[in-house]
Amino acid sequence: MIQFQARSGRFNFKNKTHRATLAVLASTLVLAACATTGSASASSDSDDEAPRYAAAAPMGEGSAGPFPSTYQRYPGRPTALVGATVFDGAGGMIANGTVLFRDGEVVAVGGSDLSTEGYDVIDATGKFVTPGIIDIHSHLGDYPTPSVDAHSDGNEATSPTTPEVWAEHSVWPHDPGFSRALANGGITSLQILPGSANLMGGRSVTLKNVPSRTVQGMKFPGAPYGFKMACGENPKRVYGNRGRMPSTRMGNFAVNRQTWFDAIDYANREDADRDLAMETLVGVLDGEILVHNHCYRADEMALVMDMAKEVGYRVTAFHHAVEAYKIGDLLAENGVCSAIWADWYGFKMEAYDGILENAALLQQAGACVVIHSDSENDIQRLNQEAAKAQAAGQRLGIELSDADVISWITLNAAKAMGIDDMTGSLEPGKMADVVMWNGDPLSVYSRPERVWVDGALLYDANDRSRRPVSDFELGQPGEGDVK
Amino acid sequence: MKRLLTQQLALAASAIAIAASPAAAQDFVIANATVATGDGSEPIEDGVVIVEDGRVTYAGAADGRTYSTDRVIDVADAWVTPGLFATVTTLGLWDVGAVSESNDTRAGGSPFSAALDVAPIVNPTSQHILVSRSAGITRAATTTLPSGSIFSGQGAMIDLDGDANPVMRARAFQMVALGERGGRLAGGSRASAFVLFHAALREAQALSGSTGTPQTTEITIDDEVLLSRFDAEALVPVVNGTQPLYVSVERASDIRSVLALRSEFPRLDMVLVGAGEGWLVANEIAAAGVPVIADALDDLPETFEVLAATQSNIGRMQRAGVQVAISANSGTNPRNMPQAAGNLVALQRIPGASGLSWGQAFAAISSVPAAISGYGGQAGVLAPGAVGDVVIWDGDPLEVGSVPTRVFINGVEQSLASHQSRLRERYRDLDESDLPKAYDR
Repeated sequence: MIQFQARSGRFNFKNKTHRATLAVLASTLVLAACATTGSASASSDSDDEAPRYAAAAPMGEGSAGPFPSTYQRYPGRPTALVGATVFDGAGGMIANGTVLFRDGEVVAVGGSDLSTEGYDVIDATGKFVTPGIIDIHSHLGDYPTPSVDAHSDGNEATSPTTPEVWAEHSVWPHDPGFSRALANGGITSLQILPGSANLMGGRSVTLKNVPSRTVQGMKFPGAPYGFKMACGENPKRVYGNRGRMPSTRMGNFAVNRQTWFDAIDYANREDADRDLAMETLVGVLDGEILVHNHCYRADEMALVMDMAKEVGYRVTAFHHAVEAYKIGDLLAENGVCSAIWADWYGFKMEAYDGILENAALLQQAGACVVIHSDSENDIQRLNQEAAKAQAAGQRLGIELSDADVISWITLNAAKAMGIDDMTGSLEPGKMADVVMWNGDPLSVYSRPERVWVDGALLYDANDRSRRPVSDFELGQPGEGDVK
Repeated sequence: MKRLLTQQLALAASAIAIAASPAAAQDFVIANATVATGDGSEPIEDGVVIVEDGRVTYAGAADGRTYSTDRVIDVADAWVTPGLFATVTTLGLWDVGAVSESNDTRAGGSPFSAALDVAPIVNPTSQHILVSRSAGITRAATTTLPSGSIFSGQGAMIDLDGDANPVMRARAFQMVALGERGGRLAGGSRASAFVLFHAALREAQALSGSTGTPQTTEITIDDEVLLSRFDAEALVPVVNGTQPLYVSVERASDIRSVLALRSEFPRLDMVLVGAGEGWLVANEIAAAGVPVIADALDDLPETFEVLAATQSNIGRMQRAGVQVAISANSGTNPRNMPQAAGNLVALQRIPGASGLSWGQAFAAISSVPAAISGYGGQAGVLAPGAVGDVVIWDGDPLEVGSVPTRVFINGVEQSLASHQSRLRERYRDLDESDLPKAYDR
């Protein structure tokens, strides 16, 4: 992410790219430190062997761990979308297709011969249906709008390694950006990551894009945690400027490796005190937490993959990965996804070699492609970004079907977030996260017409009552506008 | 081969204000084109574009006239448009955003603000110029940004042909930040920004001999100079109305206050930049006859001055009669201007939203920004007398997948190569069986 990185080439007075100042972040340290105490709870005193106080179990997915998801799907009607061009997210395309969903789940996907008895039938002739779009890299909620310093909660930039912080504790559920991502982008699931100031930035959280009073009410039930890491310029600049390690790329690796070795020692000690940072790292070593590594340069990605082998963890995805096309073979061999922009380049040295053909060349090499946003604006247009990357590849003569390109922003993202058994494609039994577009989603002229999350209609372009308005926007100019 | 087209040269008596480069320019005729002239009209099927001596002499339907030429480009129904006009940009002023040594866009440590002048520092072979050109942008407004004070310095109009003379017009406009940003730069409040602005213009009036006595004192905060004598002198053409003043402002109430400045400084030739809440005061902007350069896609309350931001902003202002260009900053790069325009076309099908027709949207990235920049009828449009900036596309130019296949500036065909295109060619495959990639070029 580039929250620290002014894209100075952008002509911009609205501070879009200058959200965080280190001074402000540093001043929050005291508050953050205070917030980490006092989390113990009384245990049952009927068991003499148990300590008097014990915190809840440190690990566990979704509702099993602390801060469990309280999300429950909203009511929906049994719905049949009929006559649409259907991209199933898994590389399939059905012309004149039918999609059936009820009770929050996809029931069937097929042709015009599917019976729609018992369903509310929506004539989707001329329209397109896809799974809900998934953004694997967002800072909605932890860098919400308005982008004021008081909202700058994405980087705990007080130490180069902060595996102990969890992005969910920074997410402001009233960020107006969630509603724009839903209405204009058809986003139904998204991963909120800590920023990239730190080598180890903390845990991510995966959300359903559902308005909620609490972050727990958005947490994707059963989604594994992610772990944000960052290569390159950001960590070495942030800490080097303070005269501390790391100030170089070699320093980045030294700090990372030593921290991993400490985690291995911790994991091997049976009498270790609870350590939030080490618990996250052990979760990674155990394969329960997925590594999402911000990394631009090809040579650095190659080094990170070897570091992962040395330590014994797996990199799930490189994020931004502007130079991934230079090592598509290595990425394919190691089974690492690249979560990338279509066309960002040039705003920092390590982004100098960005090219439009990145996604296509990766696909050609057999590597996994995900298109991400890292932006409260581009998250509203992931479909268009994917289309740009597709066209660039086609100009090179690389075959990229529309259905495959849709998978870049649906199933591939779900796989890299560890939620592909639940969402990301239109398959019977999966969550009914569905977008009906008013035209080809790979065209600039198309927009979501309706969006369902777990079978509940949460956006309808033709019904103003199905358009969420955040608390922040109530009573403000433009409240409830089409945006 | 000499071909006779059923097309006759429409002679154009044009007042030439842009120096063409006829030396390398070849006359040519583009035939069988889907022509979008950029004037706001819808595309013309089976169209023809004729360029002679670096200028357009005809663009429109093949109407049966005859014309004889050596060079016919049969584009087989491809789209043909004028070159895009990007405003406001920093093209040619930086290489890598975060590499401060390579980045001349902000001079926050400088004792100068309004006096800054980008004309001598534009690098015509900057990669961003090459990348923008390969995306169909042929001309642009470029400027430093308000950093040390509320004034940006003097921007220039440039062409993107990469030759030794990128500057079409030096000191073409001044910019001032008067919203939230202006308030921060002026010491922490919009109130200070407005006082500084008034003081600067009064000083400029005095220097120009129109009113009062010039003062020589600087306005400073500690070591920071907010206005020097050189800056005040640079504002003389602004206060005289001979140099347009671009005002960066977003909030509806701030826009009203800016429009009211003309009661005190009646000759100000203003352009609003940003105007994120412009739709709330669209009638007042229209009545004032002030053009707007607006971001097309901002729809979030990024700051408290754009609480009412919506993608319908441009459409609503246009309906109220405001002349609006789509800002080149609507995406991450100027090359995304067509995407921004296409999105405004998409809004036409969203109930409650205000979009643009295809023709209006394309005009908002071609003829309208050109007109706001002082090149009405001369750039950003395919019409007799206009510069021979012609772009041939591989699809609908507003579609996200489309790119130019050929670009002409002043009738001269341009290279579409850049650092990016070279990387693309090098990494088409990863074969290093004979030699490392460093030998592959």
